[in-house]
Amino acid sequence: MAIARFWRENESRYNMQGKKCGVCQKVYFPARDMCPKCRRDSMGMMKKIQLTGKGEVISYSIIHDGLPEFHMQIPYTIAIIELEEGVRITGQIVDCKPDCVDIGSKVESVFRKLGEEGKSGVIHYGYKFKLI
Amino acid sequence: MRDVAIIGIGETKFGELWEKSLRDLGIEAGFKAMEDAGLSGKELDAMFVGNMSAGQLIDQEHIAPLIADYSGMAEKNLPAIRVEAASASGGLALSQGYMAVASGVHDIVVVGGAEKMTDVGDETAGEILAKTADQEWEAVFGATLGSLYAMMARRHMKDYGTTKEQLAAVAVKNHLNGSMNPNAQFRRAIKPEMAINSAMVADPLGTFDCAPLSDGAAAVILAPLDKAKKYTDTPIKILSCGQAGDYMALHDRESLTRMDATIVAAKKAFKYAGLKPKDIQLAEVHDNFTITEIMAIEDLGFFKKGQGGKATEDGLTALNSKISVNTSGGLKAKGNPVGAVGVGQAVEAVIQLRGEAGERQVDKAENALLHNIGGTGSTAIVHILGRVR
Repeated sequence: MAIARFWRENESRYNMQGKKCGVCQKVYFPARDMCPKCRRDSMGMMKKIQLTGKGEVISYSIIHDGLPEFHMQIPYTIAIIELEEGVRITGQIVDCKPDCVDIGSKVESVFRKLGEEGKSGVIHYGYKFKLI
Repeated sequence: MRDVAIIGIGETKFGELWEKSLRDLGIEAGFKAMEDAGLSGKELDAMFVGNMSAGQLIDQEHIAPLIADYSGMAEKNLPAIRVEAASASGGLALSQGYMAVASGVHDIVVVGGAEKMTDVGDETAGEILAKTADQEWEAVFGATLGSLYAMMARRHMKDYGTTKEQLAAVAVKNHLNGSMNPNAQFRRAIKPEMAINSAMVADPLGTFDCAPLSDGAAAVILAPLDKAKKYTDTPIKILSCGQAGDYMALHDRESLTRMDATIVAAKKAFKYAGLKPKDIQLAEVHDNFTITEIMAIEDLGFFKKGQGGKATEDGLTALNSKISVNTSGGLKAKGNPVGAVGVGQAVEAVIQLRGEAGERQVDKAENALLHNIGGTGSTAIVHILGRVR
């Protein structure tokens, strides 16, 4: 992936900043400029919100046949997490055996390496999650 | 809007077809459909081609004119349109062709779907498929397409008590059906234990919960119904088409255990056709994973939410049961040449509605439903086909 393509999403991937609809108060991540529920009413009403990174596992899968970039990590756990703010997010759960995760497990975000552009390319960072 | 009929069908074998290129496959399916309809080629007004990812899979973009050219249509300057909606590319090509004929813009249209997946390694193909989900907010964190469906499966198990055995029942049924389809990639019935104990791909989904990577192509010829009798004694009418969309990323949807795009597309298709789920004798539903079929038969209205696994285990979706689901073998056993899938579903429905399906024939088949989805369900297309009475 081109470096700029990763870099331009860093605000969200590094800091977990989303947007909150000023009309219905629903929170979105990544940031959106329009609330899909309020549409036109929400234009100009979407406010930045810093997410806590804390939440619980809605569902998860332990990946045994993964993408080439993630081969060194197999088996790894991917999950959909509902954050305290009500927004859901996809990320890996790390720092535990894959079978320690369950639906309802409480997690918090950690800042980690996501991948790299080959042996000499840039390293990509972003959020993963660990059990609390 | 004019009534539209399918007057010809053609299909290659689905599978690992090392000796055939994308253009070979597209041409073969197209020629068979032309032959079936008794066309010379000069009657054609346009070609629609469903294809997910030729650019990445065979390093060739702009494949619609390529296939049209090698089908002998360059001298005719035939307009050729490529249609992409991930794994729903074929279904979307069919709906675009249908609308072109229904609207009166074109009379005779060929709709094809083709994908050549084995010119790249399995890992690369997996990577390309993952991009049909949200690359920036799902795949980039390591989510594969299988793992996203696995999360639907795990939640379905948690909320409705769906079991590994019930997932396996989908694979067992579809392999049995595929064993009766000469074009299927897998023509061998399997035992439940084989599916249940297969190696994990994305827990809780194992190898036998996943459709294969395949090469293949399918084609149908469309014509206005009032002109169809000129070409065939058994035109099959396209009764309706419904398409719907949803959030791109799975995590943005309200529920992991239903696909709203399928629900809305089906409602539209049933409404336009003036039919109800009980009026359908056979359905070709999208079973890229076993859980997808279970959710589909619920979302399409054939079974109550949460009952899809049990219904499958109880044999209610087997050949000539309550509703015959994936008589072709489905993506699981017939094969999964992504862009061809939706058109291949139409081919199976026409074979069944004509009464030409041999040992896998559905009794008294009057109406068939086709269900094709893209990505993790951000596109869904439902067609209903019927015999002309």
